[in-house]
Amino acid sequence: MKLDRARLLAMLAPGLALALWLLLGAAAFHATLAPPVAAALGALLAPLAESHGMLLVGWWLTAAAAGAWLVHRLADVYVAAPARLAEGARVLVEDDGAPPVIGAGSSANGALAEALNALCAQRRTLKQDMARLVEEASRTVAQQRDQLGALLAELQQSVVVCNLEGRILLYNARARALCQRLSRAPGATAGAELIGLGRSIHGVIDAALISHAREGLDRRIARGEPTPAARFVTHTPSGHLLKVSLAPVRSAQPDAPATGFVLLLDDITEDDEAEAHQSQRWLALTEAGRSALANIQAALDMLDYPDLEPPDRERFHQVVRDEVATLGDRLSALAADAAETRTRWPLEEMHGVDLIAAAAHAIGAETQQAVATQAVDAALWLRVDSFALIAALVFLARLTATGRPGGGVELRLSRADGRAHLDLLFAGGAVVSTGWQNAPLGGSAGAACGTVREVVERHGGEVWLEHERQGAAAPRALFRFLLPLAAGGAEPAPIALESRPEFYDFDLFAAGDGGHAQDARTLESLAYTVFDSETTGLDPAGGDEIIQIGATRIVNGKLLRSECFDQLVDPRRSIPEAGIAIHGIRPAMVRGQPTIAEALPAFHAFVSDTVLVGHNVAFDLRFLKLKEEATGIRFEQPVLDTLLLASVTHPNAESQSLDAIAARLGVTVSGRHTALGDALVCAQVFLKLLPLLRQQGIHTLGDARAASEASYYARLRY
Amino acid sequence: MELLRATEAGPSPKVLIADDEPNIVVSLEFMMKREGFQVLVARDGPQALETIRREHPRLVLLDATMPGMTGFDVCEAVRADAGTRHTRILMLTAKGRETDMARGVGAGADAYVTKPFSTRELMQKVKDMMAGDGPGREDPAA
Repeated sequence: MKLDRARLLAMLAPGLALALWLLLGAAAFHATLAPPVAAALGALLAPLAESHGMLLVGWWLTAAAAGAWLVHRLADVYVAAPARLAEGARVLVEDDGAPPVIGAGSSANGALAEALNALCAQRRTLKQDMARLVEEASRTVAQQRDQLGALLAELQQSVVVCNLEGRILLYNARARALCQRLSRAPGATAGAELIGLGRSIHGVIDAALISHAREGLDRRIARGEPTPAARFVTHTPSGHLLKVSLAPVRSAQPDAPATGFVLLLDDITEDDEAEAHQSQRWLALTEAGRSALANIQAALDMLDYPDLEPPDRERFHQVVRDEVATLGDRLSALAADAAETRTRWPLEEMHGVDLIAAAAHAIGAETQQAVATQAVDAALWLRVDSFALIAALVFLARLTATGRPGGGVELRLSRADGRAHLDLLFAGGAVVSTGWQNAPLGGSAGAACGTVREVVERHGGEVWLEHERQGAAAPRALFRFLLPLAAGGAEPAPIALESRPEFYDFDLFAAGDGGHAQDARTLESLAYTVFDSETTGLDPAGGDEIIQIGATRIVNGKLLRSECFDQLVDPRRSIPEAGIAIHGIRPAMVRGQPTIAEALPAFHAFVSDTVLVGHNVAFDLRFLKLKEEATGIRFEQPVLDTLLLASVTHPNAESQSLDAIAARLGVTVSGRHTALGDALVCAQVFLKLLPLLRQQGIHTLGDARAASEASYYARLRY
Repeated sequence: MELLRATEAGPSPKVLIADDEPNIVVSLEFMMKREGFQVLVARDGPQALETIRREHPRLVLLDATMPGMTGFDVCEAVRADAGTRHTRILMLTAKGRETDMARGVGAGADAYVTKPFSTRELMQKVKDMMAGDGPGREDPAA
């Protein structure tokens, strides 16, 4: 038990007080006695002090010791125990997991400790409940977000969500595909420079148009329209016509201000052309009709004159006959035109099994033949005008039925070199007379479809009559249709995308205020393009050239694998064998690819508004710099180098090669030594470096650049 | 009949029919002649303009869609030229949209008739337009 000074003094206090009290009492008693009495008492007591003094002192000491013990006990119970209780309680305030407090000493202390522990337990339960609720809520939100992402991905319309600055927060695969069509950049990654998280929508749609639409939107909101939206049509530089619908993103409260806007984009270039064509035709038709009617009416009016000479009468009759004939011709032309319009109806995607089932049903109903459908590839999806195709099949089935009633046919569907074979098999091909391809289909459904030939041409397909050579016992014949498969049809399939979530980033709603100098911005808040290039050699000044550029993006601390730039470049020179072993790019691969002068504008657009990141980036930059004069394209954005940053975080590491750093930071390396593969590894390394830099107090872009410079010089001194 | 009287009074007024469709020209020509006008015929835009400048007809029945120059172009040219500015123009056309009508009137047509039309009503319109012309407005060269 430790005794501090205060406790010692407190323990001595009762003894001292008792001594003082007794002395004072003795002095007062002494003072009240008359001097002779006092002297007599003194003389009487003096010898006693000698013999019994020790007894008195012992008596006092016993009392003092008892007092000290009492004080000590009381202090333990009423001072030390509550203090310990307070300490324990303070720990509990900070840390729920701390052991419960113990109320030593009095029973009151025990009760107090119990109450404190109960409070603490209650708080712990509350906290756990809260955590559980928060977790549940976040799970719901994440789920809703995923559902939204899935929904958007399935939408047939291009959707882009932007914040008020016009930065893209979300887009769907359709929007990506649309931008690919709009892009004038070469290569398969075209369009990535137009649309991407954090990019500006103004790259796709003129800023003035959007701001005009938003003004209109504000007016509608001010008028209190429940679902305000602005619509406009715009021409893109690539010559496309886009129909744009713009609606605000607002929270549920009625007067909430917009935090962003949703754009629905529709490429109406083709519709518009078709519509213009159509209305042109209608106009021509009405005008021609009016003209003819006017001629007829005028002639009839003339015929009303009673005194007409026979030659005049004949002339006017001739006019009427002429014009009636003309009108008749025109109507026939109109009918043909309508049929043509019918043929322009789009081919729809259809499951092959469904098509065969529908065709079998129609053939059975129309020709009373049994239809076998055993050999049908269930995995096939076709792009067909099912109505016309079934009409053609029924027509052909009817042809085969002549002369062999109840013969039965078979329908077969199989894959063949990226297309589908749709076969109508029957016994005895001899019954089919030539000219079957160009005979009108006829029948209830076929009238509008033309001939078998027209139907297949509408599909961009083929059809022929084939005779089976094997099975001489009963040789069969078949009509074979060559039809397009659903994938790879007119509608370009969106680029294969790894994961959907990278399509949206709602954190960008909070982003903004791009006016600040970038140096002051935190590393996490910046958008990066991480890139790498493969070259013919190491000496750009000596004639070595870039042969591949790969890049990916990081926005709000997330690697966007689906927003990549991957371009082979024709170096217009030989590629040394030594390099081919490393990068695997052979001369045949770059033949026909864009030159660096053609590829750089697209890359420049891709990296706009971002910080450039690379490993040993100075090397790549030297190649780019050398092209500045020839192409007029300058890369002036801030640059960070993972090599330098890694030397800041791991100054004593043996190697700062990308592989070594990746291994140190636990980044799995795949697809190295393609430009895009290296860029992706570099991007992951960069993301792992960010928290390490933060630990060293490097928070902003300015900090990172300063640290890089310092490390660079540090390396130079070695 | 004022018109007949006018005809009796002096040489009958000239009317130009400008249309590229012979089937309407046949009827219009026949009718106008019966009504006592001197009828001129032009088959296309340039010919119509040239005839107007040469013959100074009182009235032109002008088709809007003609090869060479459209009726609208002819109309504008006639109105631009001080020598022919006062020529009465009745546009006779299969272009029936409101915008076409506005363009015809804007280009300087005095009346705009959409095909098909009743010849009786057309004749009445022609007579009204002629009557609206005071003798003072008769072309001095006619």
